[in-house]
Amino acid sequence: MNNYFSTHMTERIILAGFGGQGMMLLGKLLAQAAMADGKKVTYFPSYGTEVRGGTAVYHLIISNDEIFSPIIEEADTLIIMNQPSYQKFKEMLKTDGLLLLNASMIKSNNFHDATVYKVSATEIASKLGNVLVSNIVMLGAYLAIKKLFPPALILEQLQEILKGKKGNLFTINKQALESGMHVIETMQHQSVQ
Amino acid sequence: MKQLMTGNEAAAEAAIVAGCRYYYGYPITPQNELINYMSMRMPQVGGAFIQAESEIAAINMVYGSAAAGGRAMTSSSSPGISLKQEGISYLAGSELPCVIVNIQRGGPGLGDISASQADYFQAVKGGGHGDYHTIVLAPSSVQEMADLVYDAFDLADKYRNPVMILGDAQIGQLMEPVEFHKRPKKNLPQKTWALTGAEGRKRNIVKSFYPVKGQLEEFNAHLQRKYKTIKDNEVRYETINTHKADVVLVAYGTSARVCTEVVKKSSRLEFKVGLIRPITLWPFPKEVIRRISEKVQCILTVEMSAGQMVEDVRLAVEGRCPVHFYGRTGGGVPTSSQVIKKIVEIVPDNLADTLLQLAEVR
Repeated sequence: MNNYFSTHMTERIILAGFGGQGMMLLGKLLAQAAMADGKKVTYFPSYGTEVRGGTAVYHLIISNDEIFSPIIEEADTLIIMNQPSYQKFKEMLKTDGLLLLNASMIKSNNFHDATVYKVSATEIASKLGNVLVSNIVMLGAYLAIKKLFPPALILEQLQEILKGKKGNLFTINKQALESGMHVIETMQHQSVQ
Repeated sequence: MKQLMTGNEAAAEAAIVAGCRYYYGYPITPQNELINYMSMRMPQVGGAFIQAESEIAAINMVYGSAAAGGRAMTSSSSPGISLKQEGISYLAGSELPCVIVNIQRGGPGLGDISASQADYFQAVKGGGHGDYHTIVLAPSSVQEMADLVYDAFDLADKYRNPVMILGDAQIGQLMEPVEFHKRPKKNLPQKTWALTGAEGRKRNIVKSFYPVKGQLEEFNAHLQRKYKTIKDNEVRYETINTHKADVVLVAYGTSARVCTEVVKKSSRLEFKVGLIRPITLWPFPKEVIRRISEKVQCILTVEMSAGQMVEDVRLAVEGRCPVHFYGRTGGGVPTSSQVIKKIVEIVPDNLADTLLQLAEVR
């Protein structure tokens, strides 16, 4: 289908934020895209006493090969939405792994041995008109960095999830995805110059 | 077509496809996606969904529907399954087919809501009172959850016996692609024993009460013969890399997923680690464990309990090789590196170096 995903590749992602920041949906969109693309996938949500405001964490594994344990012992990527989640899960990242942070809510600056991208997802989403799409901004950023799937595949999943009554939310979600991608592309362009 | 679903949802959909039209349950985490899914789907297929007033009410509603010949199911998690034990004993004593799903959580008592395998004894050794067994199936993936739930209804009808699906919080909450490709068997025996109205035929009796001296002993002998037939015919397991293995792991469900990872990590080394994964916990796959125990240095049983299945492993091995145990309790899930560390502890010193390399392999 696409050549983004090299053979024998496994991507282990830990997603965390506070309940209500939409990490569940972010991971589910990636998981469904992976499934549609013929990849193996496991998606393990935490289901503790998380309520709006509590920390919610998700383990997502996408692979060309069979996945055994769905629990991540060492992550290739952390996508983190807020400061408490960052404190709690930063040790899970492998050396030189990808650390994608919501800069609107994480103020730390002390990162060891990681490829760090900071995206002001909450601010970008607010400017688009709905703070709830901050997760999709992060998803756009992630896609632009790792290029696991073509954005069209993610948009297809979004359309499927937002069909019916939520259909009018598709446009703003699409904008959020594109904004996230754009932020990364601008950063990468600047660093090349 | 593949769908991304939780193990809980897959269990519910598989039951619908298998022809289950009577579901009774009482909410408890971590199996709520199952009851939630049933509340949505049962009305769509013209079935009955009742959120009962208690777990005890739910299991007795299952008794009623099963006695009338329907395919009936209930589900719960550990503390709720404890409440159902009286009903399960009555179902077994009345030879009523049904499916009971236990998505285990940490115990004892109210415990917590994370994954555990500490209800093994309760599931395979009876749980309620009297000399009875339920058939116990242990899925280790969302697809296998779906496949085993279909089979559970067929097995229940074939033997007129309750079947338990023994999952845990992780397999219940985990999302994986799943396909519903099985269909219920066509050639199952007619339920001529069911209570369908006796007009024009001899009346049927469904009961577990035998007050006349001698009758109950006769009935128990019949049950034991039935259990022997099940033991002879329905054992299921999977073996991975057990041929010429030095150490063989024995694990089921979520623990088996972790152990498969250990087997995969060790596949590049000369030291060979294999896995026996019981799929039926009762009847227990003792024959394959006995056979393999004659050829290995030792066996390591891995469970999310303080050591329950390991007793059945030891009974199967009967001293042919050492049987070690690694367990996590109270909601802890073992990691592959913890299991590898345990293997390093139990293998002979001259091989420990090789294994330490293994621990470095990612």
